[in-house]
Amino acid sequence: MGLEQILQFVITGITVGSTYALIGIGFNIIFNATEIINFAQGEFVMLGGMFTVFGMQVLRLPVPFAALLSIILVAFVGLLLNMLAIRPIRNPSPITLIIITIGASIFIRGASSLIWGKDPYPIAAFSGEDPIPFFGAVIQPQSLWVMGVVFAVVVALRQFLNRTITGKAMLASAFQPRAARLVGIDTPYMVLLSFALSGAVGAAAGIIIAPMSMVTYDMGVMMGLKGFCAAIVGGLGHPFGVVLGGLILGVMESLGAGLISSGYKDAIAFVILLLMLFFRPQGILGKGRGERV
Amino acid sequence: MKRLVVVAMVMGMVLTFASTAPAADEYRIGAIYASTGPASALGLPEKNTTEMLVEELNAAGGINGKQVKLFMYDTEADPTKANNAVKKLISLDEVDVIIGPTTSGVTMAIIPPIEKAKIPLISCAASVKIVQPVKKWVFKTPQTDTMAVEKIYATLQSKGIRKVSIITVSDGYGDSGRVELQRLAPDYGLTVVADERYGGNDTDMSAQLTKIKGTDAEAIVCWGTFPGPAVIAKNRKQLGLTIPLYNSHGIASPKYIELAGDAAEGTFLPAGRLIVIDSLPDSDPQKSVLSAYKAAYEGKFGKNSVSTFGGHAYDAFKIAVMAIENAAKAGDVTRAGIRDEIEKITGFVGTGGIFNYSAEDHNGLTKEGFGMVEIKNGGWSLAQ
Amino acid sequence: MKLLRFILDPYARFALFALLIMGLPLVVTNEYYLGVLVVIAIHSIIVLGLDLLMGYTGQISLGHASFYGLGAYITGVLSAHWQWPPLAGLAAALLIVAAIAWIIGVPTLKLHGHYLAMATLGFGIIVFIFFNELGSLTGGPSGLTGIEEMNIFGVTFDSDREWYFLSVSFLLAVLLLSINVVRSRVGRALRAIHGSETASGVLGVNIARYKVGIFVLSALYAALAGWLYAHYITFISPSSFTFMFSVKLVTMVVAGSLGSLWGAIFGAALLTSLPEFLFVFNNYETLVFGFILIVVMIFMPRGLLRGIEDMFKWLWHAARKAPPTSRPGEERS
Repeated sequence: MGLEQILQFVITGITVGSTYALIGIGFNIIFNATEIINFAQGEFVMLGGMFTVFGMQVLRLPVPFAALLSIILVAFVGLLLNMLAIRPIRNPSPITLIIITIGASIFIRGASSLIWGKDPYPIAAFSGEDPIPFFGAVIQPQSLWVMGVVFAVVVALRQFLNRTITGKAMLASAFQPRAARLVGIDTPYMVLLSFALSGAVGAAAGIIIAPMSMVTYDMGVMMGLKGFCAAIVGGLGHPFGVVLGGLILGVMESLGAGLISSGYKDAIAFVILLLMLFFRPQGILGKGRGERV
Repeated sequence: MKRLVVVAMVMGMVLTFASTAPAADEYRIGAIYASTGPASALGLPEKNTTEMLVEELNAAGGINGKQVKLFMYDTEADPTKANNAVKKLISLDEVDVIIGPTTSGVTMAIIPPIEKAKIPLISCAASVKIVQPVKKWVFKTPQTDTMAVEKIYATLQSKGIRKVSIITVSDGYGDSGRVELQRLAPDYGLTVVADERYGGNDTDMSAQLTKIKGTDAEAIVCWGTFPGPAVIAKNRKQLGLTIPLYNSHGIASPKYIELAGDAAEGTFLPAGRLIVIDSLPDSDPQKSVLSAYKAAYEGKFGKNSVSTFGGHAYDAFKIAVMAIENAAKAGDVTRAGIRDEIEKITGFVGTGGIFNYSAEDHNGLTKEGFGMVEIKNGGWSLAQ
Repeated sequence: MKLLRFILDPYARFALFALLIMGLPLVVTNEYYLGVLVVIAIHSIIVLGLDLLMGYTGQISLGHASFYGLGAYITGVLSAHWQWPPLAGLAAALLIVAAIAWIIGVPTLKLHGHYLAMATLGFGIIVFIFFNELGSLTGGPSGLTGIEEMNIFGVTFDSDREWYFLSVSFLLAVLLLSINVVRSRVGRALRAIHGSETASGVLGVNIARYKVGIFVLSALYAALAGWLYAHYITFISPSSFTFMFSVKLVTMVVAGSLGSLWGAIFGAALLTSLPEFLFVFNNYETLVFGFILIVVMIFMPRGLLRGIEDMFKWLWHAARKAPPTSRPGEERS
């Protein structure tokens, strides 16, 4: 096993891990605002890819416009999810919310398979497919897009939450909903905003993954679950933890597939998830969320 | 409340009690395909083909003047549902012969009730386990994965290749291929130097291919269905792997070229003659059957819609009809009589090859049914 | 009124239900219908356990398909490779599953929130991967053949009629056990936990122990169902035990009703028979399941069965111009 190969595994792992991180960020946005774990997050990713294909093939838009359209549409789906499925609940216990978001996810998936069929759709890579040599290993140009977008989303989100009034209001209503309402923050609006934002981030993930994986109606299941693992491992609700969690999962998976056995590759993320839940439920960077009785 | 439970159960039953006892003037054929669910890409063309053929047959007067009635159910590639469907065909619809199912796992799951009820089954699934060892009531039409592996390995051997790497998908199809790839390698003087797997929805196979790159393999054999093999073809190109890539017959559809794009160029796969009709010589005995089926199917379901999977159902249906005809001649149109007639069919020219069934061979095909196809200039061409 | 009280008594209901379903084969003789009823009975056993967990402790498991699968694979592998008799397979399956459920339950049920949901989700996927990858033992994705037919003390079950009586007997036993659990001290404690965890903790209810106990019990129900399934179909493959099947089980509980044992059986019967009898349904199956989950949770949080019941009660009382009287104590039995 040469060093170049190890390097290649790490590069692949970082690429895949970045996508997990981006999906995990989507989980976090909603969790931070509402304590809801949105099991339909993976479907946002799938829809992001599907709407881009739709924009490119049916409306003949160039990639940047198709991507922008897709992000707007999926943000709208996020709004709808909140207004139609979450708001009407009279007794929003955690178990009810989990069931509803799972229901929404299989509903979206079923509808997509009827609308777009079950065949995968290809999307061309944004800047060609000529690999870039890197110390004996290669980097796909699309990988740079993936890493760049994750970085941009993290920075933008941080600026938004710390520097804008809306962002601060969002944090406040997540932290102390009642107090936030007392100081005049429209908390239901903040929740709505978080669903739209999470939809947009999910769509962005779908768009940058699509050229590598192609778009299928059922791609959201595994992607969603892996993003969920990334969020738990890094620490639910922790903005940087999730990036760390995603990268750790991606690299472990890639190294596991390369050095141990590719058959068990998908088990790695979930074994890490179980170990975290058992021994450090608050995640690597989280603080005391999983308080013990 | 328990009354509601019982009422719901009874109501459900009454709904389908409407099914009638068999009339004397019709033949009943059962069909079960995975027309929805994970294997629908295979099951749907099978369902379409069967419906089309029944329509055609009945319009032409049926079998000996008797109409054919088709009873068709969806298995969703789920063993439990397939089991129920088979029982329904046997005990409620009282069919004479069953065609399908689509996938190997489901076929294995329904063999016990089939054998118990003593009804002939003509499966459209690939695995060699279905017909080896021979089961009295079970036949199949697709070439086995053994034959596809033999075809690929024979090609590799003729090119002087000694070391091969394999990458297979973690489902019933990939697993069955993987077993045969491992088992047959020594027969062709090959050593398997890397044995990789990937998940059906994986988005990146660079890790597995990097590992293969690090070995001294001289060729890659990939066993999977969409979209995996297209991703692998792309990753192979990106990683700069130059050793040839051989795919299985499971991706013999224009979708492969569409998805993999340039990366598909120069890769190989063994395929039935259906997708390379145009490069077949007119002397080929299958050519007229294949063109007729392709024309009929695409006339009904659109251009480029024909696939080898529908072909498997075509062969199975034609064989079932032929067996009923022969059984009628012999005056024994019973499940046992039809079974005996299927076993006697020889020289039937189908889409998958020329079928010669016997008591020892319930598949009836040889690996000559396959041609080695190369993707060239975005199209198929028969490799020599 | 005496009749009403009789019907509201869970044991009287149970006796009536037992009589009805044991007599059903007098009317239903076709092997196919009996076969569907066997599958309904097997699903009902799992759903009863899941309902105890979800409806009575307010916890959700997203990995019950894996306990079902473990029950099936443990007995299947022992039977196919080493010719263990089914009853020995059952003992092994129950022991192993109880141990695994306990290991998962103890650390996660101590925590607030839905850590059990996350852990069972991850566990379910890991188990599915192992079914696929341990090919020499499990037959891999192609499935495991050669499982022996059910044989209990020398009696072989091979017709669907015999299977009907076998599976229904197990269902009735499990139902009776569940009624007892719900009505016992344990059941009262669980309801207290569901009501307010802090309050019941203060009152000295050992919350974690009860929660873990119910979780293990529900896993055992699933393992029992898996054992029946393996010897009924005599072939198993990983595709029957996916994450999607876990979700389907949750849908059955939700459609029936959270925290009503009869509702659990209703939900299992409804969602198992729907795809059988409505063929057009297949294309829309996932869509319908998703729809049921959302709509029932929003509009009929007490489940379809009790939703319909509530509707009738409302109509009845509207007709008599009297406000509906609720009996909070009785609705859980």
